Amino acid sequence: MSTSLEPVSDDVEANDNIHENQYLTFLLGDEEYGVDILRVQEIRGWDSVTTIPNAPAFIKGVINLRGTIVSILDLRERFGIESVDYNELTVVVVLRVKGEGKDRIMGVVVDAVSEVYHIAENDLKDPPDLGYAINMDYMKGMATVDNKMVSILDIDQLMSLKDIDDATESGGKAEA
Amino acid sequence: MSIDMSQFHEAFFEESFEGLEIMESELLTLDVGEGDEEIINTIFRAAHSIKGGAGTFGFMNVSEFTHVMETLLDEMRDGSREVTQFAVDSLLESVDVLRTMLESARDNTEVDEDMVAARYAVLNGILKDKSSDSSAKEDAGASLVEASVDKPIAEGWQISFIPHTDLLMAGNDPVRMFRALSELGELSAKVDYSNLQPFTELAPEDLYLSWLLTLTGGVSQADIEEVFEWVEDDCDLTITPLDVSVQNEQASVAEPDTIVREPVISNESVKEEVPEISVVDNAPVTKKPAVKPKKATESASIRVGIDKVDEIINLVGELVITQSMLDQVGEDLEANAEAVSANVDSGSQKTNADILLRLSKGLAQLERNTRELQDGVMRIRMLPISFVFSRMPRLVHDLSSKLNKKIELLVSGEETELDKTVMENIGDPLVHLVRNALDHGIETPDIRLAAGKPEVGTLSLNAYHQGGNVIIEIKDDGAGINKAKVRTKAIEKGVISETDYLTDDEINHLIFAPGFSTAEVVSDVSGRGVGMDVVKTSINKLGGRVVVESEEGKGSVFTIRLPLTLAILDGQLVTVGSESYVIPLIAIIESLQIDRAQINAVAGKAEVYKLRDEYIPIIRARAVFGLEDKKTDLHESLMVIVEVDGAPVGIIVDDLQGQQQVVIKSLETNYRKVETMSGATILGDGTVALIWDVNGMVNVHKKKLNNGVIKA
Repeated sequence: MSTSLEPVSDDVEANDNIHENQYLTFLLGDEEYGVDILRVQEIRGWDSVTTIPNAPAFIKGVINLRGTIVSILDLRERFGIESVDYNELTVVVVLRVKGEGKDRIMGVVVDAVSEVYHIAENDLKDPPDLGYAINMDYMKGMATVDNKMVSILDIDQLMSLKDIDDATESGGKAEA
Repeated sequence: MSIDMSQFHEAFFEESFEGLEIMESELLTLDVGEGDEEIINTIFRAAHSIKGGAGTFGFMNVSEFTHVMETLLDEMRDGSREVTQFAVDSLLESVDVLRTMLESARDNTEVDEDMVAARYAVLNGILKDKSSDSSAKEDAGASLVEASVDKPIAEGWQISFIPHTDLLMAGNDPVRMFRALSELGELSAKVDYSNLQPFTELAPEDLYLSWLLTLTGGVSQADIEEVFEWVEDDCDLTITPLDVSVQNEQASVAEPDTIVREPVISNESVKEEVPEISVVDNAPVTKKPAVKPKKATESASIRVGIDKVDEIINLVGELVITQSMLDQVGEDLEANAEAVSANVDSGSQKTNADILLRLSKGLAQLERNTRELQDGVMRIRMLPISFVFSRMPRLVHDLSSKLNKKIELLVSGEETELDKTVMENIGDPLVHLVRNALDHGIETPDIRLAAGKPEVGTLSLNAYHQGGNVIIEIKDDGAGINKAKVRTKAIEKGVISETDYLTDDEINHLIFAPGFSTAEVVSDVSGRGVGMDVVKTSINKLGGRVVVESEEGKGSVFTIRLPLTLAILDGQLVTVGSESYVIPLIAIIESLQIDRAQINAVAGKAEVYKLRDEYIPIIRARAVFGLEDKKTDLHESLMVIVEVDGAPVGIIVDDLQGQQQVVIKSLETNYRKVETMSGATILGDGTVALIWDVNGMVNVHKKKLNNGVIKA
């Protein structure tokens, strides 16, 4: 592997000129999504969380991750896909999110973890415009691996505090 | 010279401010007249380090200014100048100026040149003083300032550089200095090796050589001095201009030391009369307001005593031992389990009991280790309160002369330790309370004598630990709080109404109400009416409380109670819905079970509760959190009464659990601010519990009430 000799950078953008990136993929229903593997801190089973009052519905709560308080986001609810009961396959992918001047640790609840793929930079295609129904800001691109389509997510956009703030504001009213 | 010096700036400023504090506190202890040599030495050393550091980092104004102070101190040290009150006061004020200069250097802001120049004038005036003609003195001072600012440039210089034998020991290398010089201009060097020892006696680490250097080209003396900056104490250095025609002029400005010193030594007899005159003369100068003091930025680094670090290392060592002991227990148990499953041994039962005993012993030890380690790590953040108290003598010194009062300051418990963050935020409130005690509390000597009290008032500062708190007392033997006056004023300001009946204690606490000041004359010391409520809010913000006890004619005591640290908090665990929450104990007044008869609804919306003779608003925690609330009748519900902005508020919770100490964790690190919560903690079972911010709870409640989200 030529890439293994490269200094490990946690910034995908900086790796643009390297031919391949590794992506961890997970499942939401039948759909497969990928995130940059360098951003994945750990994968753990679903465990109960402490709910946060007045938080948007997709924020499930916070957990104790070895002494650090980490918030957990449900990706199904974030995408507005119908939610399912959590089972023994349900996992939390703990990710390092950049943005607003500091790194944060956040967990996302997904149905199951799938594979690790090597995807070449130029195999990553821009997603088509799907209209207003899906916010394309979360999408980094799309790729086809073994005849399966994988959507690569931009987690910094996906978990930006701004969206959480907006949802908190409207969430408070929605409960009314 | 490609090293980026700015990385060391923070350390330099930190050290310099420490140095200033040392200078200040030592100056205050310096007795006028005799002048303890040791004290002067300490001040001198502090000034010298600042000068050296400032020079290195290119803060030339600071280093030049310090140099003048140093010259004065030097004369005091070698006894050629007597320590006068005026000189000490001037030095104290110079310390202030120096602090402002350093602050502007740090914050990259403009220095008030007038203020600095005025100080130069005063200092140089003292130094130069030989006659009582004070106007001449200032002129002389001013010209000296210019002289020291604009170092002359000459066509060439002759530098006689005679290093002391130990120059090399300090890591200095003459060759490098010469190289630096040769970058400035054309350098030729003559070496004098007459002192060189015979080879058999030659110590290789000593330097026996001396040089006569000639440097030509348009070089300023300051540049040359900069090269020799580090070695000036380790060598005999004479820098003379080559150009003979300008030599006389140059010598007079280039060597301020000689000018300054000579007159003083030869004029010892006149010296004593000078101060009085100068005091009057310089009064307007000293009153000149300094550039607005910037709020001290909280420094991100901390200095920790090596003993504290050693203690933690020891504790970690013990922890490792405990860990290996438990490891052994685990292995033994495993071996036993294997033996049992293989059905080999019959005697394993007994060993199991033995192992279990060791296990419980090990766990007890682990618990103790962990607690001690937690304490030890906490102590790293702890600093003695003397950091704050040390500001007070100066304050009292300055204020008492300004207010024409005689005050003795007694400080005790300076070694009491307090969390760094708490410390950084308690300074200003404390200063305010001390100012207040001096201004409003302690009377002028004539009033004191008339009241049959000793002429000198006493202000005592005391700090001590009590439980998990730090108590700071500010006690004065002054006039105390004039209750009638406070009452009248409070009615006038609309804080209370005329018909209100207040206990003495309640009247005393009115002084903490916003916009309240009883000072008849608003002085620049205190009395703008923004003080005491700010004091109270800032102390509350730290999770502390302030109370006042006062007896008219006898004096007042302000007692501040602060948590030892902001990292740990005493909490009451409550249940709302399916979650446990922590309410900071300091916010809780009491908890009670609701009696239906005492509930009232106002405007069909908000609920109020009649608690004894007071009506308090009721907040339902479930409603605030947006949870389903089936209860229509609150009878027998549990209500926690908390203090929010000085007023009690009742919060309905589902259940009360125990009280416990919790470690505060930030929610914002990985999430965002939650309005109703101040943080989170991890409970004994590893789950997360959120910590309430009762102010935020009330805000959210109000918001929801206004939006019609909550109906009572």
